[in-house]
Amino acid sequence: MTAPRARPTAITWAGLTVLALLAVVPIWTEWADALFYRDLATRLIILAIAAVSLNLILGFGGMVSFGHAAFLGIGAYAVGIPAYYEEYSAYLQFPLAIGLSALFALVTGAISLRTRGVNFIMITMAFAQMVFFAFVSIEEYGGDDGLVIDVRSEFSGLFDIEDHVIFYYVCFAVLVASIYLVHRITRSRFGMVIEGAKLNERRMRAVGYPIYRYKLVCYVISGALCGLAGALLGNYEFFVSPSNIEWTKSGELIFMVVAGGTGHLFGPLFGVVSFLLIEEGLSRITIYWQILFGGLLVAFVLFAPGGIAGMLQRGERNS
Amino acid sequence: MTQAMLEITDLYKSFGGVSAINGVNLSVEEGEAHAIIGPNGAGKTTLIAQLSGEILPDSGRIALQGRTITRLPMHARCHLGLARSFQITSIFREMTVLENVQLAVQAHQGNSFRFWRPARTDGALTEPALETVDAVGLGGRDGVLAANLSHGEQRQLEIAMALATGPRLLLLDEPMAGMGVEESARMVEILAGLKSKMTILLVEHDMDAVFALADRITVLVYGQPIATGTPQEIRGNDDVRAAYLGDED
Amino acid sequence: MDWGLFSAQFLNGLQLGVLLFLVAAGLTLVFGIMDFINLAHGSFIMVGAFVCATLAQVTGSFIIALLLAVPATFIVGLITERIVIRNLYVRDHLDHVLATYGLILIFNTATQLIWGPEGMVIPIPRWLDQPVDLVGGMQFPSYRIVIIAVGLILAVGLYGVVNHTRLGMLIRAGASNREMVNAMGVDINKLFTIVFALGAAMAGLAGMLIAPISEASIGMGDQMIITAFVVIVIGGIGSIKAAFFGAMTVGMIDTLGRSYIDGILKLVMTGQNAETAAPALSSMLIYILMAVVLALRPQGLFPPKLS
Repeated sequence: MTAPRARPTAITWAGLTVLALLAVVPIWTEWADALFYRDLATRLIILAIAAVSLNLILGFGGMVSFGHAAFLGIGAYAVGIPAYYEEYSAYLQFPLAIGLSALFALVTGAISLRTRGVNFIMITMAFAQMVFFAFVSIEEYGGDDGLVIDVRSEFSGLFDIEDHVIFYYVCFAVLVASIYLVHRITRSRFGMVIEGAKLNERRMRAVGYPIYRYKLVCYVISGALCGLAGALLGNYEFFVSPSNIEWTKSGELIFMVVAGGTGHLFGPLFGVVSFLLIEEGLSRITIYWQILFGGLLVAFVLFAPGGIAGMLQRGERNS
Repeated sequence: MTQAMLEITDLYKSFGGVSAINGVNLSVEEGEAHAIIGPNGAGKTTLIAQLSGEILPDSGRIALQGRTITRLPMHARCHLGLARSFQITSIFREMTVLENVQLAVQAHQGNSFRFWRPARTDGALTEPALETVDAVGLGGRDGVLAANLSHGEQRQLEIAMALATGPRLLLLDEPMAGMGVEESARMVEILAGLKSKMTILLVEHDMDAVFALADRITVLVYGQPIATGTPQEIRGNDDVRAAYLGDED
Repeated sequence: MDWGLFSAQFLNGLQLGVLLFLVAAGLTLVFGIMDFINLAHGSFIMVGAFVCATLAQVTGSFIIALLLAVPATFIVGLITERIVIRNLYVRDHLDHVLATYGLILIFNTATQLIWGPEGMVIPIPRWLDQPVDLVGGMQFPSYRIVIIAVGLILAVGLYGVVNHTRLGMLIRAGASNREMVNAMGVDINKLFTIVFALGAAMAGLAGMLIAPISEASIGMGDQMIITAFVVIVIGGIGSIKAAFFGAMTVGMIDTLGRSYIDGILKLVMTGQNAETAAPALSSMLIYILMAVVLALRPQGLFPPKLS
């Protein structure tokens, strides 16, 4: 996401095409009576929002966080716990999800961002693990078994997301808005600072930037957006449990971001599509699909740096 | 008596028992071009690092226009008017020349917590950046990716990054490093053009450049200044010859 | 003050500390020397436990199984390093993370394919598992004391190897100066392989020691690895001594914390609140400690001296 091109590239067109396809999925699946695919697409969209948020700090900012699943969990519990007390208002749950995620990002980011490289990765992982254990040990809210969410968040006066199609479009709107938001942020002055800090921190300090502040704000924005995705996820599954916060989930998110190509706005979208295709495809071959996925991951790292967007970009440069 | 631009008093720094800076006292007057020369290992880079804020001294005082900056973080010193170029080029290789300089300009235009408007097409950044790009002789190359510049051009960009912050004191760490004869001559011209606008403290090995640019020279040996004076005085100084100039070709 | 409970928990803390040390030691050497982040280190814990369990069934002796399973895990580590890890040293940390995450999936699924989804139990030989009387009348299984003893002996042994043998000198040199090691005619690749495999063997041993208590199960190491990371952050990266003291600190605080936190909380809040908050807080203790250490002393509590 460096020098902007004069006209949109192949990757951008591909990304917009995917979005356009997603926009018509509910219509098609209704007509073709293939509702399973609509549900899959809903999950895709929600994961894409999370991946977009992670790409902001990881792909764009160079901060490899292995703890992003914590925000998904916090967002989902911010829906689940009020629901447990029969508080279904979205106007309570969603701000809570975003606010708590932002707060968690602020506190853990303030500490984690004082470290770098390997340390940063480990520490973000540890903080997510801390959240995991915290929720596991609160028996009241289901502990290990999790919480069932009977009623979806109520946007009273606006729309009813119990209707699956309406819910789909709410998620879709959030995805489009997120992508656009990240697009503006990365091109803004703030974005330049974050990008510069990734490329050459020493130089940034030498020209007068107090980098820590900017990275922290970026981290908070990313966490808050991921918390929003978590709130949607809890609604989607009618369920929240600590398994949302397992570190394997953070690993999956990283895969989605990297597979899609960390350098591009639509990278996360491609990454999620790839991940879900792989997951679906491989699990039809065998229930032991994870070993194939693991093998694919290792092969991918060894032989294809740059991810899918990178491959598209390379193809473009050669043509 | 007018205040010195830079005042270094009794500066000491050692690394694990080895003394790198051994009692440096130095004054740089406003508007002068002051060069620091000395054999390898004399402590020149360590001195620059302490002036810019990368490392902290063990003891002593550094003052910029009378204001103590000894323990201020790097970015704060920049906002007080100190700018630095690095001996090993430190630019943003994946960005264009213009973007590199825009970033430096942006650092000094208030805070950068602006999230919405695109930065690259912002006139408030582009105009000063282009001026600086011209001032270092890279006019017309602003759209080129920094990684694709020649070595000499990258050194010019390195100077531009420091210039773009509008400094009062410019610290240059071996600006001629790795340059051929032509490129060095061009760099000397550029730096000469800057002399009237700001104070320059420069560390260099290239003696032609030093004698062409410097108003005064300090010779640093084993972390201590052994002589300070005009180029004439330094050329004629026996201690300096013995310790340094005599060994050079 | 219930001395029986305290002494039992104190010993439990030592036991946890010792096991964490075995895991963290390999991890910190690999970080410190190869700058490689290995998420799959926990898989060796699991592999060691299962191999030992099978060998125990086959030979009928836990001790023989242990003695055979440790070298077996060493070999598994060796093969992993040769085939996958070696190619990744030059890559950036993100690649390390992704690739080793893939390895975890491979190891976990492969283990399931070979041994099935159920865990395996290792029976503790009677002579190892006698009740021991502690101060305060509490009884404590001798097997846990055996674990502590084995761990401490290994800690001392490892410290001796790293500081007083040629291999140890090469390890310490390899961390700071690869050219020097090469110049001495030592193949640095072989050195890395040995360090990696050694770490794997130690992790495997930890798995084997804990399996009789908590059974060998799929993914048993994956949680422990994160705790090992916390140990390394608290102790300091790159030295055996830091790993040891870090592990002991974490083991003690986690174990004693869980026992006494609700007592402490009850001093400042109502019984009801203390009961709810205690389990959550006690599970968060070591992470809070990690955060404090990072804020105040980021190089760790026992950082290696700069040479």
